[in-house]
Amino acid sequence: MGDMAKEVGTRVEPKPDALSRQASAAAMEWEEKVLKPALERSPERQKPFTTTSGVEIKRLYTPADLPDFDAERDLGNPGEYPYTRGIHATMYRGKVWTMRQFSGFGAPEETNRRLHYLLSQGQTGLSIAFDLPTLMGYDSDHLLAEGEVGKCGVAVSSLADMETLLQGLPLEQISTSMTINSPAAVIWAMYLVAAEKSGADWKKLSGTIQNDILKEYIAQKEYIFPPAPSMRLVVDTIVFAARETPRWNPISISGYHIREAGSTAAQELAFTLRDGMEYVEWVLRAGLAVDDFASRISFFFNSHNDLFEEVAKFRAARKVWARVMRERFAAKNPRSWLCRFHTQTAGCSLTAQQPYNNVVRTAIQALAAVLGGTQSLHTNSLDEAWSLPTEAAATLALRTQQVLAHESGLTEVVDPLAGSYLIEKLTLQTERACYEYFDKIDAMGGMVAAIEKGFPQREIHEAAYAYQRAIERKDKIIVGVNEFTSCEQPINILVVDQNVTAAQSRKLRNLRERRDQAQVQSTLEALGSAAATDENLMPFILNCVRSYATLGEICDVLRKVFGKYEEPAFR
Amino acid sequence: MTDKPIRVLVAKPGLDGHDRGAKIVARALRDAGMEVIYTGLRQTPEQIVNAALQEDVDAIGISILSGAHNSIVPRICQLLRQEGMEDVLLVVGGIIPNEDIPALKSAGVAEVFQPGISTQVIVDFIRTHVRHKRAPAG
Repeated sequence: MGDMAKEVGTRVEPKPDALSRQASAAAMEWEEKVLKPALERSPERQKPFTTTSGVEIKRLYTPADLPDFDAERDLGNPGEYPYTRGIHATMYRGKVWTMRQFSGFGAPEETNRRLHYLLSQGQTGLSIAFDLPTLMGYDSDHLLAEGEVGKCGVAVSSLADMETLLQGLPLEQISTSMTINSPAAVIWAMYLVAAEKSGADWKKLSGTIQNDILKEYIAQKEYIFPPAPSMRLVVDTIVFAARETPRWNPISISGYHIREAGSTAAQELAFTLRDGMEYVEWVLRAGLAVDDFASRISFFFNSHNDLFEEVAKFRAARKVWARVMRERFAAKNPRSWLCRFHTQTAGCSLTAQQPYNNVVRTAIQALAAVLGGTQSLHTNSLDEAWSLPTEAAATLALRTQQVLAHESGLTEVVDPLAGSYLIEKLTLQTERACYEYFDKIDAMGGMVAAIEKGFPQREIHEAAYAYQRAIERKDKIIVGVNEFTSCEQPINILVVDQNVTAAQSRKLRNLRERRDQAQVQSTLEALGSAAATDENLMPFILNCVRSYATLGEICDVLRKVFGKYEEPAFR
Repeated sequence: MTDKPIRVLVAKPGLDGHDRGAKIVARALRDAGMEVIYTGLRQTPEQIVNAALQEDVDAIGISILSGAHNSIVPRICQLLRQEGMEDVLLVVGGIIPNEDIPALKSAGVAEVFQPGISTQVIVDFIRTHVRHKRAPAG
């Protein structure tokens, strides 16, 4: 891969050909005759201008910025390697991106109502947010769950909760994404069993579990177990999916959270794709051939404020991943080369001040994601710097996507910004930055090793700190926060029902009384034994789930065998 | 005659793992000359108060974005009172709706810092309000 960085690098640095020499000469004349007098009359507002990520942006991009640019080699066609222009030939002319609003709060009944509501308003995919106890593998009645039940997402402690959550939803017709990581295998097992009990065929189930533990260590920090056993669980789910659920994406390798933690666009892309490469290596070591599973790898990116930087990032993502899969991993099936991704607009860009401004931010970020060719999109609600979305705010967020899809003309052309000197240059720059990070991480011994050394975490913190300093110096303006402030008008925000914890605890008590305790015990013991070997744990977890063992009970068994992870101290 | 630096514990209570803000505040306080101990993630109220006691801090900064502040923060306040640590300055940052601030202040929180606040405001507040135990006599 070191060669690849150099190769891309030479193409980004000037290597004059006739067109670019001509463009350089024309540019020099323009600078002398037009630019210089203009600057003398009226200097530019600041120096330098940078993207949101701090990358310097020039005033003008011309053919001189793309010397030796070969449209066939560097651009290609949509639906064709390296997919810079899109993974499908027709993109949104064939099918509009999936409108998939991340939802979840309170008890399973409440979230079920919100999911039905959003479907009735035109969303085309489901996406479920779980509360912190669930994300961390604790039941709603656990001591550490106090005050947290239902606050950040829906509380799911058992198969019974999952059945309530999915009540009445057409699981064979619609795809469901679940944002769950450390206990993903358990929550997925609950989904599979609930689907099975409702009569759905696993072969027809379409959906995604996020299941990306590496980014937890790097950014989101919702880890339970140490890296090696956590990777084992991820591998087990990928292997199981390859066999049993051909339409399911067992992983959504995420940059969203890395960006939310404060990374630059290049870091978001590089760390995400390098995480992807790490997962591929681990699954290959488990004995699968790359084409057995790679076509079901999916990704999840952020869409932040700087439109051009984001569009370039999405295009570079497809180009880099395609090359990595075909050349580093020798995948033969073109479907294995595809960087299919979901996007969420940037939560970290939302302001508590003047929340209606967030509608504008979200619209621009959604625009960037669509111009970047996303397969699926979540748009944030205006009130999310304060709380989880109200129904009205979530509706407006969905309408934002619908206006983009149906009124803006965006869906009529594939990769419309291609050929822009700026976009093509930024795409190449982002691609090169990616390979440079790959080289660094490879030299450290891979992503798990890099994480243990604290490398991505430090890079992210430095970028976050630099960004904060820039805002406090007013080098970066945030409307309503450090400029254009005004008297605040309060908005109505969602308050999660305080009775959720008591209600969920009651349900758990009833569940424990109703179920066959001996069977629960025996399935948990079998899981514990298997966890100490290298057997695939999915069948064991499914058995626990079927006996109505709870999430907490199953995770406790795994905590005992795998141990718990403590991150190195921050100095 | 120099004051010893202000000592601050920056703590992440509850299950919330979002530490971007806590780390930025910790660094800003350090840059401003304070001594900062960062607890790391998923601390119980007991662990936080114990750390504050052990480290003999002048101030505690709680970072919480999960919505669990109404149960976790009063519990921390109660434990601080039990330990006779009411003179330790307690500030909270994170996702805290306006409606919840009066109750937090009644419980003993000196100030709540909501999204968008600058680190300089936090530094200045701590400097101004801390009951600095370390100024030498004479």
